[in-house]
Amino acid sequence: MSGTDHEWDEGNPERLYVITRGRSGLAERTVLDLVTLIVSRSKPQPTMQPEHAAILRLCHSPLSVAEISAYLRLPMSVTTVLLADLLADKRVEARAPVPLAQLPDRALIEAVMHGLQKL
Amino acid sequence: MDFRSSETVVGPRSEDTLPSSAATAVKVVIVGGFGVGKTTLVGAVSEIRPLTTEETMTQAGADVDDIAGVERKTATTVAMDFGRISINDELVLYLFGTPGQQRFWFLWNGLFEGALGAVVLVDTRRLEVSFDVIGRLEERGVPFVVALNSFPESPSYPTEELRAALDLPPEVPIVECDARTRESSRDVLMALMRYLYSLTTPTP
Ligand SMILES: Nc1nc2c(ncn2[C@@H]2O[C@H](COP(=O)(O)OP(=O)(O)O)[C@@H](O)[C@H]2O)c(=O)[nH]1
Ligand SMILES: [Mg+2]
Repeated sequence: MSGTDHEWDEGNPERLYVITRGRSGLAERTVLDLVTLIVSRSKPQPTMQPEHAAILRLCHSPLSVAEISAYLRLPMSVTTVLLADLLADKRVEARAPVPLAQLPDRALIEAVMHGLQKL
Repeated sequence: MDFRSSETVVGPRSEDTLPSSAATAVKVVIVGGFGVGKTTLVGAVSEIRPLTTEETMTQAGADVDDIAGVERKTATTVAMDFGRISINDELVLYLFGTPGQQRFWFLWNGLFEGALGAVVLVDTRRLEVSFDVIGRLEERGVPFVVALNSFPESPSYPTEELRAALDLPPEVPIVECDARTRESSRDVLMALMRYLYSLTTPTP
């Protein structure tokens, strides 16, 4: 696929292992969707793991998990592990996407149509 | 590669930040073969330059044997392009482009869960990929529309002939598009939304 004009860390498994302290990210994926919006609730501290601090800076304004992964240049699995740490410490807030059971919701679809018309 | 300190992580440009009122996000998936125009379509309607996220393969399936480097756990990743459209102050729509070939279906679990629906982008020169994709979407119960991306050399068929060829039920919309233009790409998304809306309408 195109669009990858920067380096990813896929060539360095050791580094990713260190960042996540060996966690796979599987459990976290069930809570965090690609489009869950994350917002910082605290300021980065100098003692923090640098990736955690980077997320707190990025999420000054709401940002989806996918965007965080893109800006950090880390795979989703690693990104969700980092976010789970921050969520556990209440350093970020997660705004979950619309639950599946509510879809398709008329008002939601109408809102999207209205938004698209303005494009 | 050197570790990047958090100061060097470049975030969104200030004009690309979402308002703090952004409360809910929804997603739509654009699926199709390589080169069919997924990234082009996402870029045409996105308010941000398309970004790339990576998914790591977490399960070894029968179809993964042709991905190079499977023996290295972190090498089995696939990049997905995505874009964003702010619908209003609270609602944000994300568009994800994902390849249709079976060997990438491991991506689909996280991707289609909670997705509003999908656009199957079809190049009439290569209909094969679309067969499997359409079958798989039907299996998963994901509502979708079919968008025919018109390339200069693409043979053009009457819509109903394509519907028969793709074995599509009569209610599934087929639209033509030029993924390079915003209007046309927007119209594809509108077609999907109108279809989704029709699914919410109770039959009189
Ligand atoms: N003529 C024509 N070319 C297109 C259209 N959509 C995409 N392309 C071109 O096809 C190529 C592949 O598109 P891309 O979006 O990268 O495909 P992807 O692999 O599905 O993401 C690019 O050179 C595009 O400029 C279209 O609607 N019409
Ligand atoms: Mg692409």
